[in-house]
Amino acid sequence: MSVGVQLDAPAVSGPEEAPERSEFWVYLARKVGAAIVSFVMLLVVGFVIFSLIPSDPVSALTRGRPTSDAQMNHLRAQLGLDKPLWERFLTFVGHTVTGNLGYSYEYHQSVSSLIADRLWPTLLLMGTSTLISIWLGMWLGIRAGWNPGSVLDRSASAVSLALWSVPTFWLGLILLVVFGSGSVGGIPAIFPAGGLQTQGTAGGLAPSHILDVGWHLVLPCLTLVAVIFAQYVTIMRSSIIDERGNPYLLTARAKGLRDEVVRRRHAVPNALLPSVTVIFLQVGGMIGGAITVEVVYSWPGLGYLTFTALRIPDLQLLEGTFIVFSAAVIICNLIADLLYRALDPRVRRQ
Amino acid sequence: MSATDQSRPPQPPQQRQPAGAGPGADIEEKAPSRLVPVWRFTVAVLRMPSGLFGVLVMLGFVVLALACPLFIHPSDLSVTQATGPLLASPRHGYLLGTDPAGRSVLTLVLWGSRTSLAIGVMATALTMVLGATIGLLAGHFQGHVGRLLMHVTDWFIALPSLPLAIALAAVLGQGAASITIAIGVTSWTGTARLVRAQTLAVEARPFIERARALGATDTQLITRQVLPNVMPLILVSSTLTVASAILSEATLTFLGLGDPTSVSWGSLLNNAFMQGAVTAGAWWYLVPPGIAILVIVLGFTLVGRAVEHVLNARVQPR
Repeated sequence: MSVGVQLDAPAVSGPEEAPERSEFWVYLARKVGAAIVSFVMLLVVGFVIFSLIPSDPVSALTRGRPTSDAQMNHLRAQLGLDKPLWERFLTFVGHTVTGNLGYSYEYHQSVSSLIADRLWPTLLLMGTSTLISIWLGMWLGIRAGWNPGSVLDRSASAVSLALWSVPTFWLGLILLVVFGSGSVGGIPAIFPAGGLQTQGTAGGLAPSHILDVGWHLVLPCLTLVAVIFAQYVTIMRSSIIDERGNPYLLTARAKGLRDEVVRRRHAVPNALLPSVTVIFLQVGGMIGGAITVEVVYSWPGLGYLTFTALRIPDLQLLEGTFIVFSAAVIICNLIADLLYRALDPRVRRQ
Repeated sequence: MSATDQSRPPQPPQQRQPAGAGPGADIEEKAPSRLVPVWRFTVAVLRMPSGLFGVLVMLGFVVLALACPLFIHPSDLSVTQATGPLLASPRHGYLLGTDPAGRSVLTLVLWGSRTSLAIGVMATALTMVLGATIGLLAGHFQGHVGRLLMHVTDWFIALPSLPLAIALAAVLGQGAASITIAIGVTSWTGTARLVRAQTLAVEARPFIERARALGATDTQLITRQVLPNVMPLILVSSTLTVASAILSEATLTFLGLGDPTSVSWGSLLNNAFMQGAVTAGAWWYLVPPGIAILVIVLGFTLVGRAVEHVLNARVQPR
């Protein structure tokens, strides 16, 4: 099918190139518009959760400290809590859009700078795990889907089901107690018990530091991969199964190609297209896993920041991480939509 | 599911009597046969090994949770009245060892099934009510209302559920109620889409047109005609929801959002993590709650999948 599309694509798009291009802009505008609407709704939900539900943020802030009424009123005025609701909402929107996510009284630092500090460990952890999961998931999914019902297929499904049923944080705890504590069954502490780097080492890009971070990354990454790779197996498996019955594969076989070549050169490229976009759609689910894994391994990322904010509780900080996580998901969904159209000519022509 | 196709015509409109007397009497005779497909369906699910295993696990945990108070005394769970050695491995006379307060881990894990199951079931009920209401409304009112509801649903699906649940639970305060609400609010979307699709399918059938022609109002159509036909699907999808609700409960409680005084699998793991069971290598404190979660989630998931499989097998030949 891919060959067919490539052959007749110029013939079709030649005379109709102009309308197709304007169609693309319409598509782009619609998707970006939808993303903006999503973001506005996110702001509304964030405002409702963090500004309307809590009875009195000031008394929560000053809990356990002697505070006079005058001081409380001063704080209320300072936080803008005495203003009408719509004005508070507009201020909130204005601040959020300009990157001002509030001030954390716990850390004595602005929430945006706190989040910026913790962003890259999370990106490192999620990026590495996603890459490994995609590779592993596709490798397994392609082979499982090519022979549905085979031993490999059934064991892949069983393992995925079992790993889905396990809470992510528990898997992390078990890996940690076995490989990181050094006190179970005589297994030495092969990997560090947590953190991003050995304490007291300098940062930077020195090879020893990169190795150190990589060494700390192994267990959290392993946990996250174990939980998320199953999704890629499922996606890849079903899209290979969809391709399997297509006549062009029969043609390829009739040419006398080996089964492995038919799979690798003909079936996989077509099955890959829908899967690529799904990767971006999975980010929302991954964030949940990343939060708990970061907590278990004290990985100094956004998830761990959320956890510390939760224990205090520092609502401003929680609000900030909530908005950043959700905005990341909205952006990834937008990328998925655009990629889908860019990668698959069949969608474009519909 | 198919047995309820010829649902009773709407009750209130009086003028139905002359028009529908003949077919109405006919349906009355068939009415008892409604239970037969349900029975056949149950047998079909139990015939699948995975379905049988799942049902046994489900029943086992429910019986265990209900029977717990018969052999576990509240003093066994009390931190101050515990008599065992502190954080002792299973070699010291306790089957699964003890926790840092000297309580038996086995007792705690058994008792934990009560909270975990209760919150799992309550959150599922909330999810189903929310999802079914929105799905029915979106499917029935296909104009602006339906479109708006589906946009809201799609938007909620895209939102990362754990951060939203954390935010909600944090704002509502620690405790079972806030966790239940947080799970319900973040997981109704799947049910809503499923129910909407089914509502659309049901509403395309002729008996809805007939009821409409007989003067049934929107409320009557939804509650008397559509809901009975969508109900089996709602119940089926609830088994899978219980599984994910139990997982979410464990996660939220582990993060410290649960009721600190109650014993659940999530709170046990939270205690273990906070009180240094990891560095002490106290695997006996960490492993059992996780295995319990694994087994019960697996049980509910297998039942859900078996039910789906039977449903699909019945739908496809037609």
